[in-house]
Amino acid sequence: MNAFTRGAIDCDIHPGVPGIRTLLPYMNNYWKDAFIRRGADDFDLASYPPGAPITCRPDWRPEKGKPGTDMALLCAQALDAFGTRHAICNTLYGGQVAVSETMGAAICSAINDWIAAEWLSRDARLRASIVVPAQAPHLAVEEIERLAGDRRFVQILLPAAAELLYGKSYYWPIWAAAEKHGLPVGIHAGSMFRYAPTSNGWPSHYLHDYVSQSQAFEDQLLSLVSEGVFARFPNLRIVLLESGVSWLPGFLWRSVKTWRGVRSEVPWVTRPPAEIIRDHVRLTMQPFDSPPDPAIVGQVLDQLGSEELLLFATDYPHWQFEPEEGAVPPGFPPALLRKVMVENPLATYPRLQESLA
Amino acid sequence: MSKHVVATVADLPPGSRKLVTVKGRPIAVFNLGGEFFALINRCPHQGAGLCEGEVTGLVTADGPGTYRLTRPGEIVRCPWHGWEFDIRTGQSWCEPSRIKAKQYPVEVAPGTALVKGPYVAETVGVTVEQDYVVVEV
Repeated sequence: MNAFTRGAIDCDIHPGVPGIRTLLPYMNNYWKDAFIRRGADDFDLASYPPGAPITCRPDWRPEKGKPGTDMALLCAQALDAFGTRHAICNTLYGGQVAVSETMGAAICSAINDWIAAEWLSRDARLRASIVVPAQAPHLAVEEIERLAGDRRFVQILLPAAAELLYGKSYYWPIWAAAEKHGLPVGIHAGSMFRYAPTSNGWPSHYLHDYVSQSQAFEDQLLSLVSEGVFARFPNLRIVLLESGVSWLPGFLWRSVKTWRGVRSEVPWVTRPPAEIIRDHVRLTMQPFDSPPDPAIVGQVLDQLGSEELLLFATDYPHWQFEPEEGAVPPGFPPALLRKVMVENPLATYPRLQESLA
Repeated sequence: MSKHVVATVADLPPGSRKLVTVKGRPIAVFNLGGEFFALINRCPHQGAGLCEGEVTGLVTADGPGTYRLTRPGEIVRCPWHGWEFDIRTGQSWCEPSRIKAKQYPVEVAPGTALVKGPYVAETVGVTVEQDYVVVEV
């Protein structure tokens, strides 16, 4: 076990869904029949093809089956190996991106019931995000209402790129439900791919796709701030998952500078955007995206301007760091470890505090 | 500090502004409905002349998507980057406690008082018949 991370709360791990057959027991008769009749099975996200390098660190790759699907392996590799106290399961699967609203809702509901029955009930260290069909905000709200009473669900999960920018009023019912139940909303790297994932068109290669992820997060943050979501829902918390970290300072600086000149267009943004983001937004720490140099990491942390922002995560089984590096970004100040591994996650996820009380 | 006559009141009607130089400093003098205010003509950001900026009202909101326009004519926007300054105080809207344009006291004095001194009237000839805008620098 890694002594550094013992007792940490891992805010981003990914149990894998073996396939749609796994979920059929958690669907009604119509959907069971429909999936079998159509022979439709492969609902993995295009963002994480099972064989792609980022989808699984080589030493974590199972001999058979998709990454993250073997619970014993996940518990050994993601929990035991790091001494993790709690880990939040963020299931990435096709329900969140299906073009059909009702099919998307059926898959999301099945995933939530499957994760509760077959993961949360079998290891007390596990917690989960409620996956919801953002394609249909009213159905997403129904799913939140259905599950909010189960306190093992500590967050709501959305993809970074959806059908509209998240500040649009179309999505406000989701923010209202999240705030009502004290559930942060995790926005995870990945896209519904309704349109090109960059503002200039479709990238051709992994290189471009991986490096450009932060653009989608920047857009969503700007949308949430400028449309006034945090003014309307002052208790809403957003967690950026697998977003990277080091891009944030420059983005914050530019958002403040520009706001000073054009703020009269968005008068409900009454404070510098950086302050709003520091109050409402948290980021997981894998990937961190900086050189393994304590001086440079220290500068990034200074520029973030708050010690509350970062949450420890391994992003298991995604390949963000090498075994010899450890899950904490090289160069990260030891004095902040307890903060990011325990205190910040507990402050971000009120439901985790309950389980420790 | 000394008091300087910079204009006649008739030269600076309500809603107007005038750039003057006092002790070598560029100063923008504004008339807001009969009240006079003077700010250094240098934006604290990068030094643009505030006197050339657009004068607007204050836009606020009760919530997302709502707009309220108040205090017409009392806000000047820097011509370079649009930062807003309260003409009455020199305070910026964005960070009022930290970012402000230096303000100078202004008063209106009748020519009958001015001719007795100790005012400085370098560029404006003073006669007893008129009222004058006096900036203290």
